[in-house]
Amino acid sequence: MRRYVIKRLAQAVGVLWAAYTVSFLVLDFLPGDPVSAMAGAGMDSGQTDPAQLAKLRHEYGFDKPVLVQYAEYLGRAVRGDFGDAVSTGRPVTSTLADALPQTLQLTGAALLLAVVLGGGLAVVATYTSRRWLRQLLLSLPPLGVSVPTFWVGLLLVEAFSFKLHWFPAFGNDGLRGLVLPALTLAVPTGAQVAQVLAKSLLTALDQAYVETARAKGADRWRVHLRHALRNASLPALTVVGLLVGQLIAGSVVVETVFSRDGLGRVTAAAVTTQDIPLVQGVVVFGALIFVATNLLVDLVYPLLDPRIVVASDRRAGFA
Amino acid sequence: MGTAAMTHDAPENSDARENRDARENGENVTTPLLEIRGLSVSYRTRGGTVPAVRGVDLDVWPGQVTAVVGESGSGKSTTAHAVTRLLAANGTIDAGTVRFGRHDLAALSEAELRTVRGAQIGLVPQDPTVSLNPVKRIGEQVAEVLRIHGLATRRGAAAEAVAVLDRAGLPDAAVRARQYPHELSGGMRQRALIAIAIAAKPRLIIADEPTSALDVTVQRIILDHLQHLTEESGTAILLVTHDLGVAADRAQRLVVMSQGKVVEAGETRAVLADPQHDYTRRLLASAPSLTTARPRTPVPAAPAPPLVEARNLVKEFRLPRAGGETRTLRAVDDVSLTLRRGQTLALVGESGSGKSTTARLVLRLAEATSGQVLFDGTDVTTAKGAEVRELRRRAQLVYQNPYASLDPRFSIGEVITEPLRAFKVGDRASRLDRARVLLDRVALPAATLERRPAELSGGQRQRVAIARALALSPDLVVCDEPVSALDVSVQAQVLDLLAELQADTGVAYLFISHDLAVVRQIAHQVAVMRAGRIVETGPPEDLFSEPRHEYTRELLAAIPGGRVPAPETTTS
Repeated sequence: MRRYVIKRLAQAVGVLWAAYTVSFLVLDFLPGDPVSAMAGAGMDSGQTDPAQLAKLRHEYGFDKPVLVQYAEYLGRAVRGDFGDAVSTGRPVTSTLADALPQTLQLTGAALLLAVVLGGGLAVVATYTSRRWLRQLLLSLPPLGVSVPTFWVGLLLVEAFSFKLHWFPAFGNDGLRGLVLPALTLAVPTGAQVAQVLAKSLLTALDQAYVETARAKGADRWRVHLRHALRNASLPALTVVGLLVGQLIAGSVVVETVFSRDGLGRVTAAAVTTQDIPLVQGVVVFGALIFVATNLLVDLVYPLLDPRIVVASDRRAGFA
Repeated sequence: MGTAAMTHDAPENSDARENRDARENGENVTTPLLEIRGLSVSYRTRGGTVPAVRGVDLDVWPGQVTAVVGESGSGKSTTAHAVTRLLAANGTIDAGTVRFGRHDLAALSEAELRTVRGAQIGLVPQDPTVSLNPVKRIGEQVAEVLRIHGLATRRGAAAEAVAVLDRAGLPDAAVRARQYPHELSGGMRQRALIAIAIAAKPRLIIADEPTSALDVTVQRIILDHLQHLTEESGTAILLVTHDLGVAADRAQRLVVMSQGKVVEAGETRAVLADPQHDYTRRLLASAPSLTTARPRTPVPAAPAPPLVEARNLVKEFRLPRAGGETRTLRAVDDVSLTLRRGQTLALVGESGSGKSTTARLVLRLAEATSGQVLFDGTDVTTAKGAEVRELRRRAQLVYQNPYASLDPRFSIGEVITEPLRAFKVGDRASRLDRARVLLDRVALPAATLERRPAELSGGQRQRVAIARALALSPDLVVCDEPVSALDVSVQAQVLDLLAELQADTGVAYLFISHDLAVVRQIAHQVAVMRAGRIVETGPPEDLFSEPRHEYTRELLAAIPGGRVPAPETTTS
């Protein structure tokens, strides 16, 4: 077990390094010049002084060869220092730390909603013996995945803010302000959870052990929840692990639509201004969250299914 | 009363109804515990409604074992499941009554039926490897029956579960109760399922092919135990089986089903001694465990030269580390064997005995840890690349499960010509000609060429697999349990075909089987394997009449059907 965790942590470091390197290369190949972009944004006059630009470039190290830049940045990144954001001059780490709580609230709430609503839909759809209800419920997930997130957001704002005045249309204030963005973000995620869980529930209900349970005299709820659901939850859990990445990406759109502060807004801004240190910070940070969640998911597997042994040596013999 | 189950006249039915009060006050041995009358079940499929059971009458008497025997598709399993209405979602009972005690189970509501399931009628399902919930502990799954029917408190149920597991014959019940299904062997799992079935002390146990997935020696122990339980507690058993031998050994009453109907019913001894129906006679004739030696393969005149010689083969597998030390499993342990040209060598043993691994070593599908394999005089133990490819051309394989070994997206023509395409033999037209010849040889119509595997029956598919194996005219075909997934009458046909092809083409078979009765009919030489070693070798007639090794004797004794008189129809 400990060996396994150590091995996975080593893999995680590898993933983070790869994320950092790939994002560095991509940003380096992008056309445009971050310093002029920054100078243009900073000075409204539109007039830029070449000498000042050169000075800025030197300050940020952009005048050095790419490999040297890479080595320097990587060296500092390892120590947790991603440098200062070009656009604001604040340290990247503290910019991210400030934005993080808002986004964690949003994605956390969205994940919870997605699992509860998506899981509930899958359970009810596979439990009901009314054909029309099952068909109706099972047609919702594909719909939820295919509608664009920003459109769902605008629709919800239109209905619940402008017409009904139940929730604020934008901003970061408290729980009430969280409802609509979290719901918007939860729609595609929950749809995927529902899709996978419904499918694996149907598969589980077809298994021989379900008949054994019925032969014991168990009623349908017991069969459904105590026997099928736990067996069906593994594929759904795998999907949840992957969806965390999607949630972080989705927060870019949702935070923009609802004008919320957070990691998504920071990312959007950083990309438009070609703020390389900030983008790098966001990428590595996103990879960190993703790797951590999936490690967590892998550690939860054996708790749900005793057949899965967490071990570094997977080679086993067959007689 | 031999034909009581077949008659369907009204007076008996009304009599039965009048006897109801007497029955409620105590078990009456003169009336059946379960009385099925005119039962019809059908399945809704995409192609329309398919009747599976058509007007079946069947009685189960208290304290007796009643066996329902038939081939796949005969409706025997559907009948058994219809008793407690545990049918697949697309199955419906169209007509008939299922009287159990004072209830008609076919007319009860789901909620009422749940008080019967598990509590009064227990079910032992077919395949122990998939019938237990993989994520719940054994004890929990047994205790659930008691909890559902309010027969024990939570704590009481856990203790009771251990007692029931012990009663079901599971050693170390307290330890097993805390384990998960995957930590138990097939035999132990079946005992856990028996514990689930008997936990609430039901009056009837429905056992649907309870031992088909188990080794013969385990099968015998499980059946002995079930029998012991009935004798002890007076529980009745409805035993569904494809194996006439099992039915003959265990059941007082026998019901023979074919195509959804009961063709014959009565006391086991009477039915077997004097079968009335044609189908029963055919079933008796083709059951391999019941027939005396009927060699399909003629003894070759002169000793043929060896085709395969294996010398001191060893195969070890590394096991997952435990406690820091590396462990290995010796799957094949110093095995030497000789297979002569045009002959059949059978490897017999139970699961895990190393027979399949040995065959894989011979085919070079696995690397031997040590030892030597000679194929037609050439050492192929360390053959690489082109040499292995040449071996592939001369040695082919027929797998156990014809439902899995044919690519469902290929047409039969593509399946059969695939080895020819792989070795670039001939052009498209000549390959198709070859496929037609091969189909003819395995007695399938040429029109089969265009069809898909899904359109064929199991026996037809296995014929296709054999045709594919013969496509390159190999010297050796390894048959890995080629008939164990097939019905007995189909088994007989496929064995006949294999013998006939050998006589025509001179191909040699390495025949892997767990079934001594099958092996007896097809092999020139038999090697009995146990725990990776060959314990005894010899021609079948010697091995069967004078087994030298204790394990061979044990295997022979475990073959069901020992209590059946030899039928007179064997010569036909």
